[in-house]
Amino acid sequence: MQGTRYDCSIVNNDLERCILKAIMTGNSRASFWKKLRKHHILLLMTVPGILYFLINNYLPMFGIIIAFKDLNYAQGILGSEWVGFKNFEFLFRTDRAYLITRNTVLYNALFILINVILGVGVSILLNELKKKLMSRFYQSIILLPYLLSAVIVSYLAFSFLSVEYGFINKLILEPLGINAITWYSEPKYWPYILTIVNVWKSVGYFSIIYLAAIVGIDTEYYEAATLDGASKWQQVRSITVPLLMPVIMIMTLLQVGKIFNADFGLFYQVPMNSGALMSTTDVIDTYVYRALMQMGDVGMASAAGLYQSVLGFLVIFGVNYIVRKINSDHALF
Amino acid sequence: MTLLKRSPQFIIHLFFVLYVAATVFPLLLIFMVSITEEKSLLRNGYSFFPEIIDFSAYVYLFYDSSTIINAYGVTIFVTVIGTVCGLLLTALFAYPISRKDFPLRKALTFYVFFTMLFNGGLVPWYLVYTNVLNINNTLLALIVPNLLIGGFNVLIMRTFFTTTIPPEVIESASMDGAGELRIFFQIVLRLSLPVMATIGLFMTLAYWNDWYNSLIYINDIDMYSIQYLLNKTLTDIQVVLNQTTGALQSQLLASVPTETVRMAMAVVGLGPIVLAYPFFQRYIVQGMTVGAVKG
Repeated sequence: MQGTRYDCSIVNNDLERCILKAIMTGNSRASFWKKLRKHHILLLMTVPGILYFLINNYLPMFGIIIAFKDLNYAQGILGSEWVGFKNFEFLFRTDRAYLITRNTVLYNALFILINVILGVGVSILLNELKKKLMSRFYQSIILLPYLLSAVIVSYLAFSFLSVEYGFINKLILEPLGINAITWYSEPKYWPYILTIVNVWKSVGYFSIIYLAAIVGIDTEYYEAATLDGASKWQQVRSITVPLLMPVIMIMTLLQVGKIFNADFGLFYQVPMNSGALMSTTDVIDTYVYRALMQMGDVGMASAAGLYQSVLGFLVIFGVNYIVRKINSDHALF
Repeated sequence: MTLLKRSPQFIIHLFFVLYVAATVFPLLLIFMVSITEEKSLLRNGYSFFPEIIDFSAYVYLFYDSSTIINAYGVTIFVTVIGTVCGLLLTALFAYPISRKDFPLRKALTFYVFFTMLFNGGLVPWYLVYTNVLNINNTLLALIVPNLLIGGFNVLIMRTFFTTTIPPEVIESASMDGAGELRIFFQIVLRLSLPVMATIGLFMTLAYWNDWYNSLIYINDIDMYSIQYLLNKTLTDIQVVLNQTTGALQSQLLASVPTETVRMAMAVVGLGPIVLAYPFFQRYIVQGMTVGAVKG
């Protein structure tokens, strides 16, 4: 209502109705305040939340101006000198910017693809199991890794990869007469290691989400298909997968929206922040962290952080636009 | 005939047995390492079948355990306080924006939703807590940043309130003279126990598993959470050795079964989740599917 003006000029022949409308809008504005006063306790209830989001989310959003400043703690954020796009210039002059962007996007794209294929596959197999008790048992075990912290996961990886005592070097390679591999200093193995760790950690999660959707499919479809003599494989291909498509789309697009945000725990903890591995393990999130906390380069860190936020924001809008084109019911906003 | 019918089932079961094994083996491996005798471990490496079984790593951990017990204390305190406060604040915010007659409903919903679309990144977020609020190196830094209220949880809870609490119940309570706060605490929260349990569980897990806030905001070893202590121990076992032993330390270090103690630490950090898992597993699955379908 706000902002609509009613121009009750002589041109408008329905003067009476126009005035009535204007009065009513005025009233609705007054009744807004009246309603708010009536619900002042509800308003009060939201105050802690409003303050929290203000501090934790909105204040940092305004803090993106740091990326355009040469931050000097003595002068404070507002008092520091403006340097325009200099921080970005420094960032993009090095080949780091390209490297971390490439790593972030490629890893995420790979993870999304693998998680969809394996997640859907495993969920279909779970649904095929006739013994429901066993199915539930398998589900709870394969979900477990999703609930472990990245620190624990880094221990598990270490127990396999430790150069001196690790399971792979000592119990697989040594008996075969192959020299020990120094896992934590050879970047070429890490795309495989990180992918395996990611699959181990999250396929269980995705398969349970997809399973919930499969269970919701009307059993009549399958009964009819069985009567018509369709094989299990045909049923999966022409009933399960098509009916699962909306959920697959949503899950995938939610992840695509975060394609510039890497899983910091995976990329920081599992390679144990090893400098020798950076070419295949450094992503935007780990770079921003190191630039801020270890190199103390606030300018570079905030420039990279803003670069990530803006790209992420654009991708979310792009994704939402595409979803809206395909099926507006599934759009996020 | 029965064999033919059952064989696809058999193959699927075989697949899941292998999958389950692949899930459990890494966990089993660190447990087996933690009960291996140190010298035989140095000879044979991390093995599923220890040559000599020996619990001295655990004996050592609990003999000289002030650092670990302290870290456990920090984690438990932060988890309990964080979950209780977070749950209350989330519900307090989610309830008004679920009420159709609340005039700021749309504006405040967008206020939450926007935090999920855009963020300022690590640097300004870090500076807000270290330079504006100055809570680094306090327990507040483990409770407040990012973990207390999440936009996603607020929206899930709001959806739950709108779909399961009939407006008539609230109206009639209000006509009977109940105030808003009383309606909220005595009716709304009571009707929402399932969603509170689920979101509370996710919060508990998030606090228990958190090492990120420690990494960013904590330098003082007395305020390390258990996960962060584990993180430090993986690269440097000396962190858990008693700081006060001083000159004795190097001598002590020589006799400490460092490799097995490290893995015993991991088992101690992992244990509570694995042990409690059978009991909360059902709620996690419920919460995940509600979040994915309705969120």
